[in-house]
Amino acid sequence: MNTTTMSQSSVSPELAKSLKRNVIERIIEIGLFFSAVVAVFITTAIVYVLVTEAIPFFQHVSIYDFLTDTVWTPNYSIKHYGISALVAGTITTTMVALVVAIPLGTLTAIYLSEFASHKVRETIKPILELLVGVPTVVFGYFALMLVTPFLQTIYPDLTTFNMLGPGIVMGIMIVPYIASVSEDSMRAVPMSMREGAYAMGATRFQTAIKVIAPAATSGIVASYILAISRAVGETMIVAIAAGQQPNFTFNPVESAATITAYIVSVALGDLEHGTVGYQSIFAAGLTLLVMTLVLNIIGHWVRKRYAERY
Amino acid sequence: MNQNQKASDLKDLDVIRSLIKKHKRNDFIFAGVGMLVIASLTITLLILFLDLVLDGYPRFTLDFFSNFPSRRALQAGILSAWIGSALVLLVTFFVAVPLGVAAGVYLEEYAKKNWISDLIEINVSNLAGVPSIIYGLLALGLFVYSFGLGQSILTAGLTLALLMLPIVIVATRESIRAIPIHIREAAFAVGATKWQVVLNHVLPYSYGGILTGVIIGMARAIGETAPVITIGALTFIAFLPPAPVSTEIPFLNFDWLEAAFTVLPIQMFNWISRPQHAFHINAAATGAVIILLTAAMNGFAIRLRYKIRKKIKW
Repeated sequence: MNTTTMSQSSVSPELAKSLKRNVIERIIEIGLFFSAVVAVFITTAIVYVLVTEAIPFFQHVSIYDFLTDTVWTPNYSIKHYGISALVAGTITTTMVALVVAIPLGTLTAIYLSEFASHKVRETIKPILELLVGVPTVVFGYFALMLVTPFLQTIYPDLTTFNMLGPGIVMGIMIVPYIASVSEDSMRAVPMSMREGAYAMGATRFQTAIKVIAPAATSGIVASYILAISRAVGETMIVAIAAGQQPNFTFNPVESAATITAYIVSVALGDLEHGTVGYQSIFAAGLTLLVMTLVLNIIGHWVRKRYAERY
Repeated sequence: MNQNQKASDLKDLDVIRSLIKKHKRNDFIFAGVGMLVIASLTITLLILFLDLVLDGYPRFTLDFFSNFPSRRALQAGILSAWIGSALVLLVTFFVAVPLGVAAGVYLEEYAKKNWISDLIEINVSNLAGVPSIIYGLLALGLFVYSFGLGQSILTAGLTLALLMLPIVIVATRESIRAIPIHIREAAFAVGATKWQVVLNHVLPYSYGGILTGVIIGMARAIGETAPVITIGALTFIAFLPPAPVSTEIPFLNFDWLEAAFTVLPIQMFNWISRPQHAFHINAAATGAVIILLTAAMNGFAIRLRYKIRKKIKW
């Protein structure tokens, strides 16, 4: 359209059009804003649901007993609600997983970042990504049907349900997380630092251990914390293969229930809404949420505090 | 004197040479160890997967896909499970994708730098770290009891949508961020509004990256078990939900949303928990189906991402 028609006709149709356009733009922006706020809403809802369901539980069970008792027997006639029985199982399976995952994951990361050729790296990385996508129920099957029987051939006293098998499988599951996050942070170390080390006559191994790994510490530690947080929250592997009986022990060859496995075992039964048993899974869930939240905060802090700037 | 100097120099040279040799050996050993670790990890997992497929192989028949679960292992099938999974994913897709993309667009294109945007960002990254079973508890308290949706396909779909949301948001943001600013400036320069820029330029160009995130999120949702168990999904379902499409007007019905259901990973879990070996074979077959599905989806998504990376040159 040209300027003559615009000046002759009144501006109103143009103005009306642009007004309408502005209103539509505004409505769209508000709609998008509310979609983004859903994230805040979900977090609030998680905390709200867990806390409101856990409050009646803590009216029934004192917080002191909850934290100090070492027996968790909500289904017996004499009921005990000592969360440490479940926390012990969670810590033990997590420890076993870390013993497997940290060395393997770190080695894989260093190898991929500093030693592997471009071609090897481009083949291995997608495989690692594929592994992250394997459903945990399948890993649970591996732990119960394949790994535990295999461990029993070495250590015949091992029971069908134990924390060792699922812990090892969980460790294997976590390796890709550690490897990919650590590798990313090592790749982010500038090339000039490697070149400096090589110019001084350092070998690849020396450069990797003495230059690259220290420079990437924040990322590597963050990957470990991410791994711990995954292991603590992992459910199906331990629910399938570690047994669902709460047991205050740190011995990995015994069977025990983790916090997550307990929630699953209650959910599988007929839980009646409003009973203490029903509320207990929310108290357990709250404990789990606090544990992972603390880990996430530590991870965030490590990343910020120890990040190297170049 | 001179002779002595020469001798000690030679000795030093020997020391240095042996040192270099040692370090080169360490280098070699480490490269070997690294390769060994990766190879053994891959081979272990390959053996595990092969074992799963071989164990389940005898049950790969048409009947397995068209039969309901049964007390007799050999007649049991995954009909209700795969239909349940498909319907739950349908709900998840239609909730998580619009919400996630809209949130991602808002955060990248619209959000001003203020505390509200910071709060949203912190929440998104935090939600990605919340264990999936916590989402199950949220759904149990909120959807099942407060909203009264019951233990239905709708509840499960919404629960998995919440889980998938951070993945879609992050993927959307990353692919939007990769679009250079001058594309937007060019559109603004010819008079486009913000929404026109987003709809006609930003979204079409970031489509591939968003799709990658959506596929990865859906693959994760297929295998997700714990939250669906927590909301109280039944493990033994020998009927189908009402069909979503009918031949009568209005052709669509939404009764299926309220139906009880089971999904593939829960069916597998149920069969693993039985003592009889015959059911374990069924579990292995179901596991193989899940693995093949998720691997196909993830593989496609990863390929897509590499292709996009190669193709786009701004």
